[in-house]
Amino acid sequence: MYNYGFRSYASKEDFFERSKTFWNPGKTQFWKDFGIDLVIDRREEYFLYDISGKRLIDVHLNGGTYNLGHRNPELIATLIEAMKRFDIGNHHFPSLARTALAEELAKVCPGELQYTIYGSAGGEAIDIAIKTARHARQRRKIVSIIKAYHGHTGLAVCTGDQRFSKLFLSEGAPQDFAQVPFNDLDAMERALKGRDAAGVLMETIPATYGFPMPKEGYLPGVKRLCEKYGALYIADEVQTGLMRTGQMWAITKYGVEPDILVTAKGIGGGIYPLACAVVGKRHAGWLKQDGFGHMSTTGGAELGCVVALKVLEICQRPEVRSFVQYISELIGAGLREIQALYRDFFIGIRQNGLVMGLEFDHPRGAMYVMRALYRNGVWAIFSSLDPRVLQFKPGILMPRELCEELLDRVEVSIGEARREVRGLRKRARPENARRSPAARRSAELVTEVGHAVGRNRLKQARDEKTGALSGSDHPRGAAGGSSVSGDEDLGRNSTGARTWQN
Amino acid sequence: MAELIAPDAANELALDLARVRMMVGRARWAAGAFSRLDRERTLRIAHAAAEAGFARAAYYAEKAVRETGFGVAEDKRTQIELCTRGTFGYYRRELLVGTRLDPVRRLVAVARPAGVVFALTPSTNPVSTVLFKIICALLTRNAIIVSPHPRAKICSAGAARVLASAALRAGAPDGAIQVIDEPSLELNEALMCDPRIDVILATGGMSVLRAAHRSGNPAIGAGPGNVPVLVDATADAAKAAKCIAASKSFDNSLLSTSESVLIVEEGIADRLLRHLKAYGAHLCSPVERDRLRKYLFPGGRFEAAVTGKHAVWIAGQAGFRVPPKTKVLLAPFDLAVPEEPFCREKLFPVLGLCRVRYAEAGIDVSRAILRYAGGGHSAAIHSRDPGTIMAFASALKALRIIANNPCSSGTVESDGSRAPSIVIGTGYYGHSSVGEDIGPHHLINWSRISYSKDAGEALGYCDEPEGPQAKNAV
Repeated sequence: MYNYGFRSYASKEDFFERSKTFWNPGKTQFWKDFGIDLVIDRREEYFLYDISGKRLIDVHLNGGTYNLGHRNPELIATLIEAMKRFDIGNHHFPSLARTALAEELAKVCPGELQYTIYGSAGGEAIDIAIKTARHARQRRKIVSIIKAYHGHTGLAVCTGDQRFSKLFLSEGAPQDFAQVPFNDLDAMERALKGRDAAGVLMETIPATYGFPMPKEGYLPGVKRLCEKYGALYIADEVQTGLMRTGQMWAITKYGVEPDILVTAKGIGGGIYPLACAVVGKRHAGWLKQDGFGHMSTTGGAELGCVVALKVLEICQRPEVRSFVQYISELIGAGLREIQALYRDFFIGIRQNGLVMGLEFDHPRGAMYVMRALYRNGVWAIFSSLDPRVLQFKPGILMPRELCEELLDRVEVSIGEARREVRGLRKRARPENARRSPAARRSAELVTEVGHAVGRNRLKQARDEKTGALSGSDHPRGAAGGSSVSGDEDLGRNSTGARTWQN
Repeated sequence: MAELIAPDAANELALDLARVRMMVGRARWAAGAFSRLDRERTLRIAHAAAEAGFARAAYYAEKAVRETGFGVAEDKRTQIELCTRGTFGYYRRELLVGTRLDPVRRLVAVARPAGVVFALTPSTNPVSTVLFKIICALLTRNAIIVSPHPRAKICSAGAARVLASAALRAGAPDGAIQVIDEPSLELNEALMCDPRIDVILATGGMSVLRAAHRSGNPAIGAGPGNVPVLVDATADAAKAAKCIAASKSFDNSLLSTSESVLIVEEGIADRLLRHLKAYGAHLCSPVERDRLRKYLFPGGRFEAAVTGKHAVWIAGQAGFRVPPKTKVLLAPFDLAVPEEPFCREKLFPVLGLCRVRYAEAGIDVSRAILRYAGGGHSAAIHSRDPGTIMAFASALKALRIIANNPCSSGTVESDGSRAPSIVIGTGYYGHSSVGEDIGPHHLINWSRISYSKDAGEALGYCDEPEGPQAKNAV
C-alpha cells in the first residue's frame, strides 16, 4: 500500500496500470519492458528513491535540472520567502523579479548580451531565440546540427531530429530549417553561403547526441561564418551552462560570444520551471518595435525568477568552481581506471568538466550499462540519438565520498554490461571476429594494468580472468531490480523509434 | 525600501548555514587532495604561508587593535611573528608527514591528517590565533575552516586570506584554507555538529568549549586561564619581578597565560614589591584598591570595556592617578574566596596580590584561585627549592607550570625550551580532551603497522628510520 495523500496505490503494479490508463501507456510500458521499474518517490541531494525504498545516485539530473541537487534547501528556503510576496506575476507589466534576474543575467552572460526574454521551458526559449533572430535578420532559415535536440515546441522541434517532428507531421519547411553535421565547418559554410540564414542554433556540446566534443576551433569557426554571412549565433546552453564545465557557460570556455544565449532546466533549480533567451541589444529590436510581440503568461514567473537569482548566486560562489574542478578530476581519473579494465567495451570518455559521455563498443551499449547501473543503484541515461553513448552528468556539488561510491558502482556495472554484451556476441558470432586489432590488443591488456588500479579493480580484473564472477551472482548485481536480459529483449524495446528521452 | 527577498530570522539562518555548509564540502575535497601531498611539498606550502603572515604581522597587529580596541599593536606583532615564522621554524624538522619506524618493536607508523579542522578563534588574540591554527593545519595537510570571533572578524578574515593565497600559490589544494566572513554563535553551534568536520579546535570561554565537546565531533578545547604565581622566600626577587611585570603587561594582559594573582611569601614580599615598582608596577592603596574593585566589577560582573586596556587608563577610569610609566596595577587582598573579584581571570593589567606567611599557605591559595576559574591552564612559581616547585605542581589543578620564567613564555616568545603555542589545551581539569600546548601533532593520527617478530621479513619504507621523535611517535 502506497499512500501519498493525494492518491494511494495498492501496489506498484496498481500504480503502473493507472499510469498506463491515464498518463502515458507507451512510456510506462517502455521502462517496464526494459527492466527499469522506477517510480520516483522521495528525492534529496543527488539521490532518487524508488517507492520500494531503493536508492539511486542520480547522474542523469534531467540534463542539469538538478545541478544543485534535488530539493536544494537553499532554493526551497528562497522560494518559500518569495511566496510571501510574489506569485507568477503579470506578464504585461514591468516586473520586479523579472527585471532583477534579467539584470543579473546581463552581468553573468558574455559579451553584449543584455535583454532577457522569458519562457517556461527550454523549447519555448528556443522558439523565442529563433523568432528574435528572424526579426533581427529578416530571414527565415535556421541552421542546426544533425541529431541536435532543442525541445519540442513549434519551432524548436523543427531544428532537431525528425524523430520528434515527423510523428506529429510537424517537420519544418526544408527551406526554413537546414541541418549540417557537427564538427564540419565546410558543411556549415555551405549552409550559410546563400546569406539566407537568420541564425545558427548550436548546443555547445550536443547532449542527446552523446556529448561529442567540439573540435578545436570548431565553435569559433562557426561564429566567424555567422559574422561573415550575416547570421546570428544562438548558443543553446540549457545542458552545458550553469557551471557544468567549470565556467558559468561552456560557450565562454570555447571563446565564443554568442548573439543569443538560451538557458533553461538548471536555471530553475529543479524547483520552479523557467527558461530565458538572453539577447544582445543590437538584435532585440522587436522589444522596442512591439514589446507585446511575444508573450508568455507563465514564462518568467516571478517566483521562478527569485529562485533563479539564487541559482546564479550559488553558481558564482568560489566553492562551486572548486567543487567542479575536484569532482571532474576524480571522476575523470576514476573512469579512465575503469576503462583500462574494460578497454574492449568501454571505448571512449568524452568529458568537459562535468559534462560527460561514456562510449561503448556496441550499437546499444549504453542501454546495457544503464540497466546494469540501475540494478546497482545509479541512474544515468543513454543518449537517445546515439545509444552507444551514456550521458553521465554528476552533480556540481557532489561530495568526495559519494563520487567514490559512484565510481565503485559504475565499475561493477560496466563489468556486468560487458559480460552481457560479450555473452550475446558469443552466440551471435565468433569471438573477436568483429573487433579491430587494437580492440583485441586492449582486451588482452585488461588484466595487465592491475598495478595501476585500486584493490577492488584488481580483484575485478582477477575474477574476470578466472571467470569467477558472473553477472547474476554478484552480490551488488543481485540487489534490487529485475534482471532482464537478452538481446531480443533489448532489441524489441530499444529501436530508435521507441526511445524518447533527451 | 522593500527588499525583494527579506527572509525572517529562521530562514536567514538556514540560508547562512547552507552557505557555510558548502564551505565544509569544499574543505572535504581539499582535505582529500591535501592528504596525498608529500612532506617536501607540504613544508613548502606551510613555509610560504608562514612567511606571508610574518611579512604582514605589523599591519594585522595594528588592524586587530583598531578593530577590537584591545591590546598593544607592537606586542601583537611580536606574537604574530612567533605564531607564523616561529611556529614553522620549530616544527619544520618534526615528522608530521610520512612514515616512521621502530625497528625494535617492529612497528611502522604512517601519519594521517585529521581531514577538516574547524577552528574557533578569540577576540583577545585574534590574528595570532588564526594564523597559528592555519600553520598547524598546513604542516599536517589538513583543510581548515576558521570561524573568527565576531568582534575581530575583519582582521581575522583578512589575515587568513593572506595565508590562503600564499598557500595556494605554493601548491596547496584549492579551498584548503577558508574563513567565515560573517560568523555568529548560531552558525558556530550548527557547524560544530556537522558530521563532515573531523576535529574542532576551539579557543574561547567555557561555553564555547562545552559546546564544542557537546557537538558529537572530536574537539580540542583551549579554555580560559586564571594564573596564580607564587613567589616563595627562596626566589630571586629581582628576576621574579622582572618576569612577572613583563608577562603581565604584555599586550595589556590579553594572554590567557599571563599572571592573574601574585601570591608572595611574607619574607620576600617587600623586596619583591620594590623590584616590581622598578619594572612599572603600581601598588594600590586600600582606597585605590576599593575604587578599582568597584569600577572593574560593577554588580559582581567585570566591566567588559577594560579588556586589554592600559594600566594608566584603567586607573583613570577608576578615579585615581598613577605615574604615566605604570604598566601593572597591583591590587592587594587578604582572603582568596570566590566572592573576591581579584581572584578571577583578568584580561587587563591588574594583578591581584595576596601575602602569605609560608610557601605551603601560598600553595593553598594558588589551589583556591584555580578552583574558582582557569582549571587545567597555567600556574607559575618563582623558587630555588625544587621540593616547593614539585609540591606546587602536584597540588594545583594546572597542567602548564612555569618555574622561574614569565608565565607567558612560549606564547610570547620562544626561548627554545617550549614550543611556541598560543592554544593551551586545558585538559580534563579544564574540560578539554588535550592537556598540553596545542601544536600540529594534535591534528594527525598515526596508522601503525605492526609486523611479525620474524626478522627475515622486511619492514616497510620509512621516511625517518631513526631520530629522537621516532620512539615517541610509534
